[in-house]
Amino acid sequence: MKGNFIDNLPKVYGIYTGGFIGFIIIMAIAEQMGMTAKAIGIAFVAFTVFIYALIGWLSRTAQADAYYVAGRQVPTVFNGMATAADWMSGASFVAMAGGIYFKGYGYMALLVGWTGGYVLVASLLAPYLRKFGCYTVPDFIGTRYGGNLARFSAVVVLTVASFTYVTAQINATGTIASVALDIPFQYAVYVGLISILLCSMLGGMRGVTWTQVAQYIVLIIAYLLPVFWISNKMGAGFFPHFMLADEVARIGELEQQFGFVKNAAADLKSVPKGLAGITKAHSAVNATPWAFISLALAMMMGTASLPHVMMRYFTTPSVKAARKSVGWSLFFIFLLYSSAPMLATLSKLSLIDPNLPTGIIGKTFAEVEAIDWYQNWNQANLMFISDFNGNGTLELNEFFMGGKAVVLATPEIAGLPYVISGLVAAGGMAAAMSTADGLILAIANAISHDVYYKIIDPKAETAKRLLVARVLLVIIGFAGATIAAMEIQGILGSVIWAFDFAMSGLFFPLVLGVWWKRANRQGAVAGMLGGLIAGAWYLVWVRTGGSGFLGITQLTFGIFGSAVSLVLMVVVSLMTAEPDKATQKMVDDVRVPSGKSILGKSH
Amino acid sequence: MSNQQKHWEKTRGLLFITLAIWFVFSIGIFLFGAEMNEVTGPFGYPWTYWFTCQGSLGAFVILIFWFANRQEKIDEEFGFSEREDE
Repeated sequence: MKGNFIDNLPKVYGIYTGGFIGFIIIMAIAEQMGMTAKAIGIAFVAFTVFIYALIGWLSRTAQADAYYVAGRQVPTVFNGMATAADWMSGASFVAMAGGIYFKGYGYMALLVGWTGGYVLVASLLAPYLRKFGCYTVPDFIGTRYGGNLARFSAVVVLTVASFTYVTAQINATGTIASVALDIPFQYAVYVGLISILLCSMLGGMRGVTWTQVAQYIVLIIAYLLPVFWISNKMGAGFFPHFMLADEVARIGELEQQFGFVKNAAADLKSVPKGLAGITKAHSAVNATPWAFISLALAMMMGTASLPHVMMRYFTTPSVKAARKSVGWSLFFIFLLYSSAPMLATLSKLSLIDPNLPTGIIGKTFAEVEAIDWYQNWNQANLMFISDFNGNGTLELNEFFMGGKAVVLATPEIAGLPYVISGLVAAGGMAAAMSTADGLILAIANAISHDVYYKIIDPKAETAKRLLVARVLLVIIGFAGATIAAMEIQGILGSVIWAFDFAMSGLFFPLVLGVWWKRANRQGAVAGMLGGLIAGAWYLVWVRTGGSGFLGITQLTFGIFGSAVSLVLMVVVSLMTAEPDKATQKMVDDVRVPSGKSILGKSH
Repeated sequence: MSNQQKHWEKTRGLLFITLAIWFVFSIGIFLFGAEMNEVTGPFGYPWTYWFTCQGSLGAFVILIFWFANRQEKIDEEFGFSEREDE
């Protein structure tokens, strides 16, 4: 059945995709026949989560190889889809178009950074780590540099970065579950968590792989369908990606006409927290070259250091397949990322253009307040208007919206049926769940394999190892959910911090482990711990009123952390003895794709 | 120089070319973002805006596939490519 299953993948997921589209059509018909919006939302989320849980159950396993690396037989294209789902978080799905809508060019550095990083993954790391044959990222560090301290330091960096990230993802699943199922956020967080654990607990990496492919299909349909539909409905263009130049220009014109009026601080106090107005040009360059480049660079280096992405390439059948698979991952990511700016453009134009029936700028307050969708989203705390200048007409600077509303509300504003909003909720849930799964698994695997098995009890039997791995999965999940329920930071802020933490501690120890034979244990430990501490110190310093330097902000502190890491690693390596002959031979072997992997099949 | 050393030399050469192209699309062009945005580019979008929406992103996709193919050729040349059944 197993070999069979791999051969039949295109058919299996083809049927699945057809079934999902069928489900959307059934829901659309049900809506026409009077099914309520709330019931449709519940049906979408419940149906998709049930399918994921089913896949998770079917993928259950008792083998270490299958649990940690999905048996290393995931085909290139499917691994690409799984990586794309792993990668695109709830934040990418729900908040990215909103970020572009409000901040324009300065924010779009994230688009460049979150894609360009894959070039580094493909050329510097993924094929070599695949050749190494490790189960986890600390497994590579621990074997390449030798010693429990190096291994443990890598686990520490991994845990700090991934945990920062995962609370944001559980938070996102909670937000969506609470809206779609209409339950309080504090409970919704745990509903989200249980859905996440259903996918990963029984099958480990194998379960996560096949659910992530299923989640990618849902999330990409949920993102692209509304963009194309809205664009066509507005008459903006049949294929929005190539046809929105006039709309972009029109927004520029309207910005000129309205002007960006600065609101008084006292007026802004009345605006609910988290909502923002349009204060930046849509397509003009509104950031300095360094502000743009430093943010993009931090995200690129962070991408190459985040373990939940790297470990996806441990599951391919060969080194060659790992390389190609990075290309496919980025292709599938590109489909969504290149659509986000289009959605932002369509959303903004439909709201601010007085010539369009949906435009609200220039209408009277009474008119806007009478619109159904305005009332809904105002109640959901995602839209707000206030007549600051008292002229009774809505001006550009008097309209406020939450970042999430661009994705969540635009279909409704454009007059699409509610079935699309249900679909979008399912897509957001899929995006957040898939990323959370990858992250929780990365942390639990690192602790169970590298700390428990490699350091504490190297004689443990497979059954015991996998039991420990599963118990850790549940503990880490609940810890994440508990912190998420406290709602400490916003979704996007903590995501960006995770990249900075990862690059501070792991980028150079990983890259130099392959590309610099002279790098040794002492250097790597100094680089990991020094980089992480330096980065964390910079973040705390800037957050507590420090001025920072070189234009490095709390969003790009990884640039400082990784620079410290590089200097420490090189200096300490050169001051201490070079690695022994066996280690040097190991590095030589890693650089050649053919031959046996460095670590045995079941280590 | 051994076969393996030659293979690594070529691999490193490919890395430098790949990183140079990556640098142009991720950093180089954004040094001149403001100037370039004044000019109309593909599909009628301003150049810099187009790069941030599609251009750079697409270039990265193509670059990775190009890199993977070149690396496979290098591996074959030195007899280091993997057998499918390994």
